[in-house]
Amino acid sequence: MGEVIVITSGKGGVGKTTTTANLGCGLAISGKKVALVDADIGLRNLDVVMGLENRIVYDLVDVVEGKCRLKQALIKDKRYAGLYLLPAAQTRDKDAVSPEQMRKLCDNLKEDEFDYIIIDCPAGIEQGFKNAIAGADRALVVTTPEVSAVRDADRIIGLLEANELINPSLILNRVRPDMVDRGDMMSMDDVNEILAVDIIGVVPDDESIVIQTNKGEPAVTVESSKAGQAYRNITQRILGNDVPLMVFEAENSFIDKLKKLFRKG
Amino acid sequence: MFDFLGFFKGKEPTSGSVAKDRLKLVLVHDRVNCSSQVLEMLKDDIIKVISNYMEIDRAELDINITQTQAEDNSGTVPVLYANIPIKSMRRNSN
Repeated sequence: MGEVIVITSGKGGVGKTTTTANLGCGLAISGKKVALVDADIGLRNLDVVMGLENRIVYDLVDVVEGKCRLKQALIKDKRYAGLYLLPAAQTRDKDAVSPEQMRKLCDNLKEDEFDYIIIDCPAGIEQGFKNAIAGADRALVVTTPEVSAVRDADRIIGLLEANELINPSLILNRVRPDMVDRGDMMSMDDVNEILAVDIIGVVPDDESIVIQTNKGEPAVTVESSKAGQAYRNITQRILGNDVPLMVFEAENSFIDKLKKLFRKG
Repeated sequence: MFDFLGFFKGKEPTSGSVAKDRLKLVLVHDRVNCSSQVLEMLKDDIIKVISNYMEIDRAELDINITQTQAEDNSGTVPVLYANIPIKSMRRNSN
């Protein structure tokens, strides 16, 4: 039986879509059959992050309204076996879909023998959020180490629990180890202490994410990418494998150590 | 390790710890989900009850939600803080 995972955050721009693309791709590389569902109706983006924007014929709203069959709307990613994308409609709004319809859609995907159905949730806590979480079995909350993002994550965790999606896991994104070392950024432990939820992964701020998104190829496929490694680790944890959290060394740690040595006198 | 830079700056807290402290305070209010309207109603009710027993200084009354260290040291918990100056005890309360 497949598992439906919703990627959510409350605040916009913290990396939900990037996370969805990378985890979906990572799971497919691990041999799973994965459906990525873009629930951000009206502001579709997962297609461009995945580099599949030229292949859209039908979308999620078409499926829900019965204008096409589910199989017709699912775009098969030719690069990775077992990876499919169900794009969002771009010219409709969030009210075009109901939570009940989303639940049914998730059930249909499970029946189509998908191992994982990953839903990219829109920002906010309104209708789009309610739709995205309706059919989910578990939730991953993405946040960055900023006051506004963590605050929104806290609110989302409360709302998820109110919807019986208990025990969400947290992904702390865009961590800058050098800034954490200086004390100018909240650390994983700080965020963990405040939110008191399990952290399933810490993703460093990494240029390769921008570069890979420019190309439409998730960073998880790039061996040398640090963020890619972080996403590979999260993929393993989703699969139930115990992988230790990455320990980040600040970029120029050797020079920093020298500086500290001199500072010490 | 001796923090040389911190010494010259006069031990200013790092921006990371400032963020953490601000966040903690914001979340106390968010989580309690207590609007200022609810707080006003609570305040009125508390005044009503206490006035049965003692005369209080309504102008100096201070009721707020803050946070305090949990007794088992498991972190902070929200507390209802009330500072209610007494003007005099009512005799008939005994």
